[in-house]
Amino acid sequence: MPAIIGAILVFGFLKGIEVFDTFLTGAREGIETSFHILPTLIGLILAVNMVRESGLLDMLCSLVAPAAQMIGISPEIAPLALLRPVSGSGSSAYTLSLLKAFGPDSETGKIASVLSSSTETTFYAVAVYFGACHYKKLYYTIPAALLGDVAAVVLSILTVKWLG
Amino acid sequence: MLNYIWFGMIAASVICAAATGRLEALSTAIMNGAQQAVELSFFLLGSMCAWMGFLRIAEKSGLTELLASAFSPVIDRLFPEYRKEQEIKGKICMNLSANFLGLGNAATPLGLSAMKAMAEKNSGDSPTKGMILFVVINTASIQLLPINMAAIRSSCGSMEPFGILPEIWLTSAVSLLVCVLFCKLAERGPLWNR
Repeated sequence: MPAIIGAILVFGFLKGIEVFDTFLTGAREGIETSFHILPTLIGLILAVNMVRESGLLDMLCSLVAPAAQMIGISPEIAPLALLRPVSGSGSSAYTLSLLKAFGPDSETGKIASVLSSSTETTFYAVAVYFGACHYKKLYYTIPAALLGDVAAVVLSILTVKWLG
Repeated sequence: MLNYIWFGMIAASVICAAATGRLEALSTAIMNGAQQAVELSFFLLGSMCAWMGFLRIAEKSGLTELLASAFSPVIDRLFPEYRKEQEIKGKICMNLSANFLGLGNAATPLGLSAMKAMAEKNSGDSPTKGMILFVVINTASIQLLPINMAAIRSSCGSMEPFGILPEIWLTSAVSLLVCVLFCKLAERGPLWNR
């Protein structure tokens, strides 16, 4: 990271840019952007918290787990697959607990590691990026993103079983 | 879409909490959630401003344009409608590079700035194909070295914290491919007539 920032600064300086003034202009824009996405963050985190604290998430997990087990997914992975697209901090905490309980080099531990690092917090990204511009319809955004998440769940299990 | 999802999440939570007698916990969750959001954005404010500042320097010095032309074979194919837009291509490149290098805190401000630039060019009231594809790519992971995960794994006593790299690369590459292919199909599909 220091190398990247250094390269940007040196390049700008050599090109004769007023680096500090330019930095300030950009940083000021950063403040605006932060405030602009704050309402989106409030709405999203509030809803995710409600799903978790109401017991809805546990209920969904216990519903999904038996079905997951039938197709060979260990019941511990199913909650992670549900949590990952919605809550970044929630899924990190859950992954950590899986790694501690099963060991990081166990099959479950490996699947959890692969799954959580080959996907992003889908809903967060969609809400934050589209929250900054006001469009009513998002068309195929969410189906496409979720399809990618499903692919990641399937592949994390398959790759660990084949390669691991 | 987000309207339905958001409403669905909240309505289902309220019903679930009422049925299991957790309404008390639910009201705490609502206010805590709002507070956490403010804390998070305050926490990210510094890095957001810093990265936007560096981005501005990189743009003004022409560095992002260099980056954009270096990657233009890929970018032009993915975002054909922005073939001629050097500024937008530069911002898209900066965001994708930040993601690739695992600079998560940098990727969001850079991505927001790319979205803003694309929105300014867009006169219609629905998002462009490029905007959708850009967001979808950002919901997939394209990180080269998952350093955070390796750190977590080694703190849990892993013998080989980076031992799962091939699995991660394969999984993220295929899921990214699935996302992009789906978008490219949907762009021309009659189902999403636009």
